[in-house]
Amino acid sequence: MAKQSSIEQDGTIVEALSNAMFKVELENGHIIICHISGKMRMNYIKILPGDKVRIEMSPYDLTKGRICYRYK
Amino acid sequence: MVKLKTEEEIAFIRESSLILGKALAEAAKILKPGITGLEIDKHIETFIKDQGAVPSFKNYRGYPYSICCSVNDAVVHGFPTADALKEGDIVSVDCGVFMHGFHSDSAYTFAIGEVPAKVAKLMKVTKECLLRGIDNAIAGKRVGDIGYAVQNFAESNGFTVVRELVGHGLGKDLHEEPEVPNYGKRGNGSVLKANTVIAIEPMINLGGREVKTLKDGWTVATRDGSPSAHFEHTIVVRSNKPEVLTTFEFAEAEIKSNKNLTYI
Repeated sequence: MAKQSSIEQDGTIVEALSNAMFKVELENGHIIICHISGKMRMNYIKILPGDKVRIEMSPYDLTKGRICYRYK
Repeated sequence: MVKLKTEEEIAFIRESSLILGKALAEAAKILKPGITGLEIDKHIETFIKDQGAVPSFKNYRGYPYSICCSVNDAVVHGFPTADALKEGDIVSVDCGVFMHGFHSDSAYTFAIGEVPAKVAKLMKVTKECLLRGIDNAIAGKRVGDIGYAVQNFAESNGFTVVRELVGHGLGKDLHEEPEVPNYGKRGNGSVLKANTVIAIEPMINLGGREVKTLKDGWTVATRDGSPSAHFEHTIVVRSNKPEVLTTFEFAEAEIKSNKNLTYI
């Protein structure tokens, strides 16, 4: 049985927090805190609650992530 | 924290892996057009229990069945359903055995009847990816080396690798450290130590690499509906040559003698 990857996953924005951080619900139900990647800030990509996004994470800290893509 | 296993513990896993190899052969024995996933599930569950072992997947984080039965565009974690399998389907049977306190995990993709040449190639490549991944499971190498070997071979054949699901360590728990992605760069990731037990499981798609989780909360399917193949072995990392614990030997012998299946 394959394990859910903790490195790259999809999720949905639940809540917008301050400092360009967001609460994101992953497909496996976990809720983590994510910030927007620098590349997305440079290109002024706006994110709202309800958007589907792709998250990058580190296997060492499973409570935080980086939003690297917003699905259209 | 990666838990290294003692030789005694590895012997337990070896024992449960042997039962698992035979359980997959049981699946190969009864597979035919018209059979349903639920029938296979029931058959394998009975077989495993008859050997004095327990199916690993049942009740694992609420998973309700003993096997994962993923048909065509389902990548992994498919529920066995009451729908009959058809000629030309590919079905991945993923199963685990829990015995003496240790898990083993293995999967095989079966081709029912004649499948299109492209799909047959997908299965062949996925199986080869698994073998190439295993060749890199040597102490001192890194997790990224395994991922690179799998990804490089799959993509050079024009297929894509699923990123959202990864291989894993196993032992007393079905999912342990480390994570073993099927993609990566050479020399990246954590170092493999001797006596680590891991499951390598390339999941290769014919079309795009994007996957989605279906409404049942478990089944992972390709987003574009293209077929996906999945092979898995439980192995031990050793200092010179990796030791493969699970075996396809029995299953492949059954496939060759079962006229309803194509050996690829």
